[in-house]
Amino acid sequence: MKRKDNAFFRWFFGETDTMLGRVEMRPQQEYTETASDIREVMQDSLTQDQTGDEEDFVLIRVFHRLYRVAAVFFCVALIAVLLINVSWLPKNGGADNPVNNEVSARYIESGLQETGAVNIVTGMILDYRAFDTFGESNVLFIATVTVLILLRLDKEKKAPAKKGMPVYQRPKDELTIAQAQSRDRIYEPKNNVILQVVAGFLVPILFIFGIYVILNGHLSPGGGFSGGAIIGAGLILYLNAFGFEKTERFFTEKTYKWVSFFSLTFYCLAKSYSFFTGANHLESGIPLGTPGAILSSGLILPLNICVGLVVACTMYAFYALFRKGGF
Amino acid sequence: MDIFTYILMGFLVVCAISVTFSKKLLNSILIFMSYSLVMSVIWMLLESPDLAITEAAVGAGVTSVLFFVTLKKINAMMGEDGNDEKKG
Repeated sequence: MKRKDNAFFRWFFGETDTMLGRVEMRPQQEYTETASDIREVMQDSLTQDQTGDEEDFVLIRVFHRLYRVAAVFFCVALIAVLLINVSWLPKNGGADNPVNNEVSARYIESGLQETGAVNIVTGMILDYRAFDTFGESNVLFIATVTVLILLRLDKEKKAPAKKGMPVYQRPKDELTIAQAQSRDRIYEPKNNVILQVVAGFLVPILFIFGIYVILNGHLSPGGGFSGGAIIGAGLILYLNAFGFEKTERFFTEKTYKWVSFFSLTFYCLAKSYSFFTGANHLESGIPLGTPGAILSSGLILPLNICVGLVVACTMYAFYALFRKGGF
Repeated sequence: MDIFTYILMGFLVVCAISVTFSKKLLNSILIFMSYSLVMSVIWMLLESPDLAITEAAVGAGVTSVLFFVTLKKINAMMGEDGNDEKKG
């Protein structure tokens, strides 16, 4: 009897359960069979009796086996074709590669004199090929518009469906923006102190770094797209930490509309004149300045700012639309 | 430096295969994120810092965040219990 004073032996002989009250336990729900369940099972077996099992049909069995073989064969063939193609590519960095033609030679040799940008990549994409970059900025804008069409929620609830209305005319059972706001907070941490303190440190640094990358696009690596993405990431972090009420003080749908509109219009007016003059590259009239200074290289700096604004707005708009269906 | 590049390349292949074979969508996104991060280091080694900055910001940052939000929207981020995250 002396042994039984020990907690281990009490547990061993089954007198107490040491885990009782410590582990969260939930009693199993009793399974009750309803009439509809039974009917469903009977219906299933009835159909099976009438049609037979899958294994009874030789053709289906053969098809399934053939399907697997064909899938494996297709994958292997695709990998082989791609690998053979890669082996035919010229060696990386070879002198007689087709990439090393007069175009890249011109960019490297006289890029600095003609564009004034120390960073040749930015000089290329915002001066020689500025029209391509304009198309890319427009693609971003169109992508936002498409997401807006797909995911945007209405401010008020739609009228309920009437009886006898055809299916395609019935309003879809969607959330209003107020319902989405209340539902948005279910999984999100509300006023998380750790997140807010970290965001308070990081967001200003991210903004300053993004602005630095945009403004120095023609001097150092980076440019409008990278800097805009960094600023967008900072906006998303700020939104996650402090919620929509704080961000809506400075960034609403109207802000997005006007910033995108002005950036794209300025870019269009600044660069598409060459399109109307027979795609000749015309001088912008702005002096190129000394290479290496911030205010140099003509139109590249304003165009970088435009691209950066469009990209930052697009990133934030994507996130806000995905999360709540509006901003 | 060559060995380092080859290790990173091998990591890329392993990531790309394990993205398709992982059972949980959340794990897939995390692996995809690390793929982008390694890719940005490789851009750095290939002497194109422009692309490295963009890859780190877009590939590892914004794309993954959008994936997370989508997973939350379709309720695929639930744990085994299903109620754990609603309490918090």
